[in-house]
Amino acid sequence: MSTILIIEQVLNGLQFGVMLFLMAAGLTLIFGVMGLINLAHGSLYMVGAFAAAAVAGLTGSFLLALFAAMAAAAMAGVLIEMVVIRRLYATDHLDQVLATFALILIFSEGTRWVFGSFPLFLDIPDALSGPVTLPGGIAYPLYRLVLIGVGLAVAVGLGLLINRTRIGIQIRAGENDREMIAALGVDISRLYTLVFALGAALAGLAGALVGAIQSVQVGMGEPVLILAFVVIVIGGIGSIKGAFVGALLVGLTDTLGGIFLPELFKLFMEPGAATSAGSALASMAIYILMGAVLIWRPTGLYGARA
Amino acid sequence: MIPERLVNLVVLVGLLAVPLWALAMDEPFTITLATRAVIFALAAVGLNIALGFGGLVSLGHAVFFGLGGYAMGILAHHAQTYTPVAEWPFLIEGTKSMPVIWLVAMCVSALAALVIGLLSLRTTGVYFIMITLAFGQMFYYFAISWAEYGGEDGLSIYVRNDFPGLNTLVPIQFFGLCFALLCAALLFSAFLARSPFGLALNAARQVPQRVETVGLNPMRLKLVAFVISGVITGLAGALFADLNRFVSPTMFSWQMSGEIIIFIILGGVARLFGPVVGAVLFVTLEHFLGGLSEYWHIYLGALLLVIVLFARGGVIGLLAGRARLHD
Amino acid sequence: MTDAVLTTTGLSKSFGALKATDDVSIDLRPGEIHAVIGPNGAGKSTLIAQICGGLVPDSGRVTLLGRDVTQAPARLRAQAGLARTFQISALAMEDSVLQNAMLGVLGATGRPWSFLRPALGRRDLREAAENALERVGLAEARAMRTAELSHGQRRQLEVAVALTLNPRAFVMDEPMAGLGAEGSKRLTSFLDGLRSEAPILLVEHDMDAVFALADRVSVLVYGRVIETGTVAQIRASQAVRDAYLGDPA
Repeated sequence: MSTILIIEQVLNGLQFGVMLFLMAAGLTLIFGVMGLINLAHGSLYMVGAFAAAAVAGLTGSFLLALFAAMAAAAMAGVLIEMVVIRRLYATDHLDQVLATFALILIFSEGTRWVFGSFPLFLDIPDALSGPVTLPGGIAYPLYRLVLIGVGLAVAVGLGLLINRTRIGIQIRAGENDREMIAALGVDISRLYTLVFALGAALAGLAGALVGAIQSVQVGMGEPVLILAFVVIVIGGIGSIKGAFVGALLVGLTDTLGGIFLPELFKLFMEPGAATSAGSALASMAIYILMGAVLIWRPTGLYGARA
Repeated sequence: MIPERLVNLVVLVGLLAVPLWALAMDEPFTITLATRAVIFALAAVGLNIALGFGGLVSLGHAVFFGLGGYAMGILAHHAQTYTPVAEWPFLIEGTKSMPVIWLVAMCVSALAALVIGLLSLRTTGVYFIMITLAFGQMFYYFAISWAEYGGEDGLSIYVRNDFPGLNTLVPIQFFGLCFALLCAALLFSAFLARSPFGLALNAARQVPQRVETVGLNPMRLKLVAFVISGVITGLAGALFADLNRFVSPTMFSWQMSGEIIIFIILGGVARLFGPVVGAVLFVTLEHFLGGLSEYWHIYLGALLLVIVLFARGGVIGLLAGRARLHD
Repeated sequence: MTDAVLTTTGLSKSFGALKATDDVSIDLRPGEIHAVIGPNGAGKSTLIAQICGGLVPDSGRVTLLGRDVTQAPARLRAQAGLARTFQISALAMEDSVLQNAMLGVLGATGRPWSFLRPALGRRDLREAAENALERVGLAEARAMRTAELSHGQRRQLEVAVALTLNPRAFVMDEPMAGLGAEGSKRLTSFLDGLRSEAPILLVEHDMDAVFALADRVSVLVYGRVIETGTVAQIRASQAVRDAYLGDPA
């Protein structure tokens, strides 16, 4: 086991983590401000990926594809917010789960209907393909480094937005006291739509960025959605900072666990059994992490204390 | 409004009449469909105890459905390959006997529900939903990576398991068995709802602080409900695997958990027959809409949206109005 | 002096810089009604939460029948004989009035682990519940859905649930709130008789009721007890007058 491999895997973990953050940030904002659990967030991720693949196919421009992904996801977000989600703010979580589950069915089958069942492919732009050599002589794919950079930039931008801007003040006020922001004369329903669109755009961006290193297909959003849930449960619902820390923890645990647990098991088991036991345990590692965090802090690392 | 008992009776008689009619017409596929509906109903009757009575929105009940399935799959797999399940600490042989498989399925589900419940019930509301969902994924990925039992491909069983005195290979006999188990679960569920435990659980859902101040532990009530619920859903999982003679990780999938909730919502939450009506409706839609369009989930999604937004009592709520009080 | 049933000793609780409860020592003796009064924000709710469970004090002790229950959860205090009523009715609104009373009876038996026999068919349990409803004047309404009760009836049901526990002490959080003149009068005379069964710690805004009922009154201002005494002593106290009664609010 070389240092180079370890560094590579840590970078992979970070890359996975920041992409999870893009998903988790939207979910946690939407829950924090509107008190809504949105299962259809994964569909917005998928919408972003499909929009990017379609636009890249037509224009050949990756940058345009990214904008298209954010715009399409944001528009889809605004649409479902205004037609369906808006009616769910005052209802219980069961209704929210069901209605957004229904939206997943509609989005997934609708996408299959339009694009077919075969995966689409979104190519990494030439300028970003190929490896770069990092200090220490480690060759690492440039595109993945860019993803880490984009993820961190979004995290910083979101932090500034929440802490330094007027909108941010309104969002924070919305998390603490809904009646107060109404009293301040903020148009709540516009604020909600805006937050929803913002979360959707981030999900769409993540879908497009990840779509270029995986295939773009129906159902791609839900596994990521569930991981994003794990992230915000660990980080504490409503906290952007928690989402960031949780996302990196989950990204690193999942990636490093998959590589190192089988190796660890080989120290005291025969190789075949070690590989299967190690990868079985690795597949559960993040859930064990979540369980441990919950025993320690039932409302997550940065969640409001009950 | 039609009295709820009448609705229930009609549903039960209908559920029995359709396969008997199919038997007369020699249409075994319809009997299989009816069996599928009965098994889904049983799974949902289980979930309804946690979700309807206890207010626990578990988005991870596929865990128990899948555990039941794998209990059947693993035991039958070892029986058909003549290999022991385990040799240490003591010898465990596979089996083809349904009652034994059911017992194992229920015990394993109870144990899993106890552990998951203990962890998840530390939280409430949306955390509970997400955590049960995450536990479901954990089992899903575990099943996928468990190569010994087929991993992603699952396990096939060549011949349906045995039940003393019945030929389970005959569709109508297997249907009868599943139907009897569903009736037993419904009866139990009806008694439970009126029992002291049901009364306390019902209150724990609505006002946990009140339950606490009369000296009862609302969390323990909910935990017991969660375990009972998991056991019944686990039994349904074992039957489902036997129906298909196949078990795979999709039984653990979160879509499965979602579907079990859908059965309850379509029929009516916390109504005794809600899960039955919902499961029958789902299987019917699946069959007919699925025949019309490859994309029938769109229509299912739309129907679900309409029910959530406009008809919150489900089908039973539409037909029978609000639930009557016990007296 | 007879031994107190319920005692708080030096109870303190702060939220940040705010001292919600500040060195509160009060006791509840057999056969008495001890009223706690104070302006809004005086810390009455925080005090009740520490006495009944739900909030752990920063320092000080709560003793119930000689047992230290400072750290005990609410249900253990209930099992030890403490019954409370809520300021805002905490009832199972979807259930019948009788079912709510039955819940109290189940709590008193401590055994809800019966899964098959119908609860309402258990004559012993049912009689205890009906008896409690009868005493507060809700016998007629027992089959009604709790959500359909009037505000006043819900207050009565709160008291009935507390009665089913056969407690050694009552803690009542503004039982008169919103009852109207007639309802207050009826409840006042009911509580008057109840004190011989178990003493009552009564947190109440309705001064007529307090002065009519209380054997002793403690006045809570900014988390501190500024005076404890008989009604006459409280009426005469200059400190109380300054801090509270003189206040036109």
